[in-house]
Amino acid sequence: MFMADGNETTTSRLGLALFWIYVALYGSFMGLVLVRPDLLSWRPFGGVNLAIASGMGLIAGAFILAVVYMVARAGR
Amino acid sequence: MLHETSPLAVLIFAAFVVGVIGLSFWLGRKKQSAAAYYAAHGEVHWFVNGIAFAGDYLSAASFLGICGMIAFSGYDGFLYSIGFLAGWVVALFVIAEPIKALGRFTFADALDAKFNSRGIKMAVAISTLVVSIFYLIPQMVGAGSLITPLLGLPQSVGVVLVGVAVTLIVVTAGMVSTTWVQFIKGSLLVFFCGILTVMILGRGLLVNAGRPGTEDLTPQVKTIRPDGTVLIDGQPQTRDHDLRPVGTILRLPERYAGQTATGPLKPLEYLAALGDSTIVTWSATRHSDEQGTHITYSPVEKKGADLLKPGGYFKGLSSGTLAGRLDFASLMLALFCGTASLPHILIRYYTVKDGAAARKSTVVGIAAIGVFYVLTLYLGLGAMTSGGLDPTDTNMAAPLLAKSFSTTLFAIISAIAFTTVLGTVSGLIMAGSGAVAHDLVENVFGVPMTDHEKVRCGKIAAVVLGVIAMALGILFKNFNVSFLVGWAFNIAASANLPALVMLLFWPRTTKQGIIAAVTVGMVASLGWILLSADTFEKVYGLSRDLAPMPFSQPGLVTIPLGFLVLVAVSLLTPRRAEGNGFR
Repeated sequence: MFMADGNETTTSRLGLALFWIYVALYGSFMGLVLVRPDLLSWRPFGGVNLAIASGMGLIAGAFILAVVYMVARAGR
Repeated sequence: MLHETSPLAVLIFAAFVVGVIGLSFWLGRKKQSAAAYYAAHGEVHWFVNGIAFAGDYLSAASFLGICGMIAFSGYDGFLYSIGFLAGWVVALFVIAEPIKALGRFTFADALDAKFNSRGIKMAVAISTLVVSIFYLIPQMVGAGSLITPLLGLPQSVGVVLVGVAVTLIVVTAGMVSTTWVQFIKGSLLVFFCGILTVMILGRGLLVNAGRPGTEDLTPQVKTIRPDGTVLIDGQPQTRDHDLRPVGTILRLPERYAGQTATGPLKPLEYLAALGDSTIVTWSATRHSDEQGTHITYSPVEKKGADLLKPGGYFKGLSSGTLAGRLDFASLMLALFCGTASLPHILIRYYTVKDGAAARKSTVVGIAAIGVFYVLTLYLGLGAMTSGGLDPTDTNMAAPLLAKSFSTTLFAIISAIAFTTVLGTVSGLIMAGSGAVAHDLVENVFGVPMTDHEKVRCGKIAAVVLGVIAMALGILFKNFNVSFLVGWAFNIAASANLPALVMLLFWPRTTKQGIIAAVTVGMVASLGWILLSADTFEKVYGLSRDLAPMPFSQPGLVTIPLGFLVLVAVSLLTPRRAEGNGFR
């Protein structure tokens, strides 16, 4: 396993935790597309529908999680 | 449609090509070591590497394909963007640092780090070549089919031009020049897409795109006669008698009643106003008789809100069939898992100095690629309502959008679209060159080489791959290749990801398990693709119904299969020796 020392283990855990958070977000979105696409036409955000808002959210979310990871690793 | 070619576009593109080749020669002026050729000494700054990730990753499929798909089918193109970006999460959180720590020049180095097995090196080198070639074909064919409408040169000239330019870039300074070309291309692409988006928002939405002639909504018929001549509405096609450009707004939202333009809009206002507008898109139907093949382009009136939800392109979603949904789920899984398994992306981790730099460059890459995909949504929607679309060619949506603003912008975007191909192809040739020279010749066949010979062998491999790429580009020129990129992701994810992930997280993994997973994943996904309905229809020209596979995208089955094979074979073979002292 790639975990050379104690620090690597904790940071890998953080990376994996963030990975699973994103899997949950991506999976729920794709689940919605597959099972309840009608919900994605809902337009709660000033006329922007849920399909566009969640797509942009997934793109922004990937960036935010990436920054969290980078800062957390650099801060130790 | 017959497109006017722009001498300015040829000039800008020529200047770019001469510029990057000149830069490559300058970078390659000194004698190189293998570490420089294959990994740019591991000294590339993380920011440059991050933008180069974007330059490597954002292929013609991303720029022209997604933009065109959004312009003609609406939201579904954005689903590709979401999937393409999500793959970077896997790359950053799971793959980046181990790949950096375990390997030196190639992906095979990393997978083989704990085993020192020729079998692993061979299996991984072959999968690298298969994935790279599947990815190369659409890039080369794309270059060829772009060059005629954009630069006015014959298709084979486009393929040869890209092939020669890329081979020169790679053989002059290997990964160093490849990195800089990708950095320049990535920066230009994001920057000019940003400018176009600002212009789209500044223009707002206009009824009939504010262009005379676009209000004519009578169907248009293109006839291709047996002798190859083309008729438009029964008369020979000329520049004055051609298909009319399409893609317009019929009615603005009620709050703009009586107006023909919204004026400048903020980003979210733009999406909201588009959702409340009525839009005309054009769809094609074809039939053949003794006169030739007739393609009828007919206008379809659609609500903006319907174009901004899933199901316009992925018909399986709107029809609700199980096979259609599984096909979609499979594609989205392959995009998610595929990015972090693409050899030309993975080798970029060897160009930075350490794990921290690998991490930072991935974050920069995610930022640049994410911004690009959001901009692409606006580009696609802007093209959809620009009144300038060519109904016969979705790939031309982005350049024609630029043309609706100015011919100079058209020239710039055309040149950038073409250079997009250079950045990605040079990354692919680089990955292939490493797989042949470093993995196969040096490590599998055990040919002893000095450092200098390693570089020469890599360069020879790059030239051979460049020639193969040109040949494939010309051979497949009449081939619908837009879906080949999806295949490359499927094969990469099925062959490489199970081995990579299990090696990192399951200590019981054995070398036989890795060899079996890579081989089975590659063969199974490739075999599935060759037996799928899409291939039967688009490649062999047979009926979809004859295809034995229930859906076309294999990832949903073959990625788990790779994991399963790895676990089963690993459990059946002896544990590896403790400590891995042989390294």
